[in-house]
Amino acid sequence: MEAIVLQILNGLDKGSAYALIALGLTLIFGTLGVVNFAHGALFMIGAFCAVTLSRILTLSHTVVDETQKDFLGNPLKVDVPYMMDWFGESTGAAIIDWAVPLSILFAIPVMIAIGVIMERGLIKHFYKRPHADQILVTFGLAIVLQEIIKYYYGANPIPTPAPAAFKGSFDFGAMMGFDPNTIIYPYWRIIYFAFAAVIIGAVFAFLQFTTFGMVVRAGMADRETVQLLGINIDRRFTLMFGIAAAVAGLAGVMYTPINSPNYHMGMDFLVLSFVVVVVGGMGSLPGAVAAGFLLGILESFASMREVLAVLPGLNQIIIYLVAIIILLTRPRGLMGRKGVMED
Amino acid sequence: MSKMNLTRRGVLKTGAIAGTGVAAPTIFTAQSAAAFTNEPTGSSVTLGFNVPQTGPYADEGADELRAYELAVEHLNGGGDGGLMNTFSSKALQGNGIMGKKVEYVTGDTQTKSDAARASARSMIEKDGAVMITGGSSSGVAVAVQALCQEAGVIFMAGLTHSNDTTGKDKKANGFRHFFNSYMSGAALAPILANNYGTDRKAYHLTADYNWGYTTEEAVRTSTEAMGWETVAAVKTPLTQTDFSSYIAPVLQSGADVLVLNHYGGNMVNSLTNAVQFGLRDKLVNNKNFEIVVPLYSRLMAKGAGANVKGIFGSTNWHWSLQDEGSKAFVQSFGTKYGFPPSQAAHTCYVQALLYADAVERAGSFNPCAVAEALEGFEFDGMGNGKTLYRAEDHQCFKDVLVVKGKENPTSEFDLLEIVEVTPTSQVTYDASIFGGELGSCNPGA
Amino acid sequence: MFGLDKKDFRLLLLVAVLVALAPFILNPFPEGSGMAQFNAGYPDLMQRFVIFGIFAIGFNILFGLTGYLSFGHAAFLGVGSYAAIWMMKLLTMNVIPAIIVSVIVAGIFSLAVGWISLRRSGIYFSILTLAFAQMSYSLAYSVLTPITGGETGLQPKINDPRILDGALANGGTPKANLFGLEMGSSFNLDVGAWVFTFNAGYYLAGIVMLLAFYLSIRIFRSPFGMMLRAVKSNQQRLNYTGLNAKPYTLAAFVISGMYAGLAGGLMVAMDTQVGAERMFWTASGEVVLMSILGGVGTLIGPVLGAGAIKYMENILSKINSDILHTWFAFLPDGLEDFVVTLIYPFIGKGWHLTLGLIFMLVVIFLPGGLVEGGQRVARLFGRKKKSTDTPDGKTTPAE
Repeated sequence: MEAIVLQILNGLDKGSAYALIALGLTLIFGTLGVVNFAHGALFMIGAFCAVTLSRILTLSHTVVDETQKDFLGNPLKVDVPYMMDWFGESTGAAIIDWAVPLSILFAIPVMIAIGVIMERGLIKHFYKRPHADQILVTFGLAIVLQEIIKYYYGANPIPTPAPAAFKGSFDFGAMMGFDPNTIIYPYWRIIYFAFAAVIIGAVFAFLQFTTFGMVVRAGMADRETVQLLGINIDRRFTLMFGIAAAVAGLAGVMYTPINSPNYHMGMDFLVLSFVVVVVGGMGSLPGAVAAGFLLGILESFASMREVLAVLPGLNQIIIYLVAIIILLTRPRGLMGRKGVMED
Repeated sequence: MSKMNLTRRGVLKTGAIAGTGVAAPTIFTAQSAAAFTNEPTGSSVTLGFNVPQTGPYADEGADELRAYELAVEHLNGGGDGGLMNTFSSKALQGNGIMGKKVEYVTGDTQTKSDAARASARSMIEKDGAVMITGGSSSGVAVAVQALCQEAGVIFMAGLTHSNDTTGKDKKANGFRHFFNSYMSGAALAPILANNYGTDRKAYHLTADYNWGYTTEEAVRTSTEAMGWETVAAVKTPLTQTDFSSYIAPVLQSGADVLVLNHYGGNMVNSLTNAVQFGLRDKLVNNKNFEIVVPLYSRLMAKGAGANVKGIFGSTNWHWSLQDEGSKAFVQSFGTKYGFPPSQAAHTCYVQALLYADAVERAGSFNPCAVAEALEGFEFDGMGNGKTLYRAEDHQCFKDVLVVKGKENPTSEFDLLEIVEVTPTSQVTYDASIFGGELGSCNPGA
Repeated sequence: MFGLDKKDFRLLLLVAVLVALAPFILNPFPEGSGMAQFNAGYPDLMQRFVIFGIFAIGFNILFGLTGYLSFGHAAFLGVGSYAAIWMMKLLTMNVIPAIIVSVIVAGIFSLAVGWISLRRSGIYFSILTLAFAQMSYSLAYSVLTPITGGETGLQPKINDPRILDGALANGGTPKANLFGLEMGSSFNLDVGAWVFTFNAGYYLAGIVMLLAFYLSIRIFRSPFGMMLRAVKSNQQRLNYTGLNAKPYTLAAFVISGMYAGLAGGLMVAMDTQVGAERMFWTASGEVVLMSILGGVGTLIGPVLGAGAIKYMENILSKINSDILHTWFAFLPDGLEDFVVTLIYPFIGKGWHLTLGLIFMLVVIFLPGGLVEGGQRVARLFGRKKKSTDTPDGKTTPAE
């Protein structure tokens, strides 16, 4: 029983990451009809926003410490961040410690700007081009973005820890009446889940309850008619692209304490996020979110050793196996619209 | 002038009739005109440095390449001579190899066996490399080793830790300086027993591919011999990035030690996740919960950050070693590049020097002569103390380091501290236990 | 001739001449010159050009004609490779059985995958094929290790059974051969400062590619090919005429799967090694990119795309800062360093960056891929005949 509860928690946590990425992707892919292979790269750039901010916060000057020696036997040079000089040791350290949460504020404008520039500068010209061309151009862009990051930050993962206040884990087991230490879950992952829920809610609310969102939804359904009504749908789509980029970027920022970011983390998520979007059904935002959670939970269950004892290797293929089963039983995924990307 | 004119083909060209427009075609099959593949006949010799330059191990590859460049500099008499001063064999003079200037070509393995072989083949076929070295995974090492055997050149493996490289997939033309899974297990177990007691329940998470299997097997056997019990062993996919669903059930299993048989990105992520779950703050069976990482590297420790603190593992070499060889290497590498070398850099540098030395001692670049000079070769002064290149499987036997994540690092490179230098005798095994057949050396002619 | 009209025959002839003369064409720079770095006329790369050419030609039969975008074709290549290496290990190092079996096995596997995946169209089809390929990769890398060798892959071993071959000479290594002619054997021709290498394996692969190319022209021009194009332009209308499109698309899928298997078998014949990475999604993606880069739906485009990508992968990645310095040694010191710093990010370990940029530039400025580039050049020189550059007579975009 504890094992099952635990894997549901895991599934929700994994699922929230999948759902968040798939949500951004489906805003572009399922609605604007652009196959965006650079979406993973946006997720990665979001994560590197956090890395960059923590680098900025720890900009340092060196102080030579005569009492210690470095590896060559010379006096050790110790880096002292300016933050500590300016705000004193403890406040400075606290600011640095909170780099990841602070990065949220930093990432939103950066990601929207990147999204808007990408759409205006490149994607706009590809709305009417065949999907094959979209794949090539966005894949090329993804490689370029990835290589730029690699050039400046190297290929090695960069540890970007959560603030000390969120270290450790919460004992669900004790709360729910199980033995202590059986169902524990890290605070930061719980925060990630909550954060994802808020973002997903916000995007839905924005599309559902604002005039802007209404127009965008209308534009998704029938772009030409909306244009004939004299509405400048292009500008709204540009902004939607920015929002999608910001959603991907925020997913990346918040992900950094979970796994140290590296330059190819976007590619690692890319295929998975496409699978999630398609399983959810093209053009359906709720579908993408539902598929994210579904795949997250099933993946978690497939990694249980009791399951693997019966079906070795199931954890290797579960996502794809589920995708095949769903697509064969439900022709347009969970909630796909007819005629979207079907030809 | 480019270095290319001194390769095999360049040499052939010089041999061809100059001045006339069309030379008489020289017909030969599989380089049969030469005594062996890519025999260097000019005033220089070309070595092929095949390292990952793209993909997740690119930084490790970059460090390997730095080490090779340093080795070439030293072989050609530049710099401070590095390990050539402390190396027990004095055959190297700093005038290249057998008086020929050392040139090199580089390639990108992408940590994929196909790409690595393509790159190695271009070095052999196009650039006339007489030796290939480098790499950062066992898959690549085994693939390139098999290629070198077929082509008739020497392969000096870079970072490869699987038992297979000198076990079931060993080849007469391939040599490995790096240690392997078996040695990690044998070196780690006594230290773990000393620190954590002999009454422990271990839970293994194992990367689901050959290297993971051999490592799990090695650590399991040697810890069980110490009295530990293995509660469970779960295989995790190579492509996994989030290990939460594998780590969460660990506490429920009653285990009090978690062994992460992971490398590279897998290890960074699984260790980060395990620490996140607060495993190390827990008391299980009235003992502190512990985590063990059988194979450590400094770059991985850097990726995992503060999470490595206090965690045991093994490593081939570490820059804080205080023997003369290690000090000399750290000195010349550190002076040139400004930071201490990684274990990958060390093993690659040593491999390049060992090859050059073997050629000098053999008096020939012929792979068979070189192999003979390396087989059973005993040396010292290259770090890791006295070392033997065993003739039966072309595996180096030397001291293995058991290390621990440092609690208070003074710099971004000072992440591990040496706990124990396990003597060679303790990690030596019988050459036949992993099967495989060495075959005989192939000069390619 | 050969059942081809004049235009197609000319194209086939052109490709045949290019394949035959590749050792000359790809080695334009004399040995020892600074530009020799750009020579691609060595056996491994020439073999890769034609093998990936075959892979891309086959892929184009499916994608270019029917518009079905498969994202899992690398799986067929991988399965073909495994079949081939097992034939070599068990039966004989002669490449003929290996290649034949690889085609058959890949054909059977693609029949199964195609039969299921073709129930859906568009992106749903792509994801289904991707899922099958990723499952093949994951399983081959892990639980199927006893059959596939997993991480370390499979190579011929000295103690393999090879029941049809005689015992190895003492100290010998098993080598792929065609009735005794080793695939690795080469003939070097020295002409002044140039060295041209004629490799047995390359010519075998080249002949196979010509056959594959010929077959693909015949398919493009056949009523079957016309039917496939009809599927692409409007499947619904096709259905209304009472025709069931599925047998046709399935046939195209299996044919292209067999092409992939053939490429896999040849890859093993040229270089006796198989690793599971060959089936990873990036490998499937690569053939998609090759087709688009060259020009989808054109006969020659995919081959050009395959050549371009493999050229960059193998040539650019080998240029290091040392070589750059030798190239620009004639410049004054400060300027030399500046130029090297400027170029350095794009070569060696930065070759991915160049690849990405080229993808973007080609698709932005040459919507029809490299073939369109050739066409524009041809138009620039005012040549009337467009046949050699556009075998199709038009650059059909993907959809």
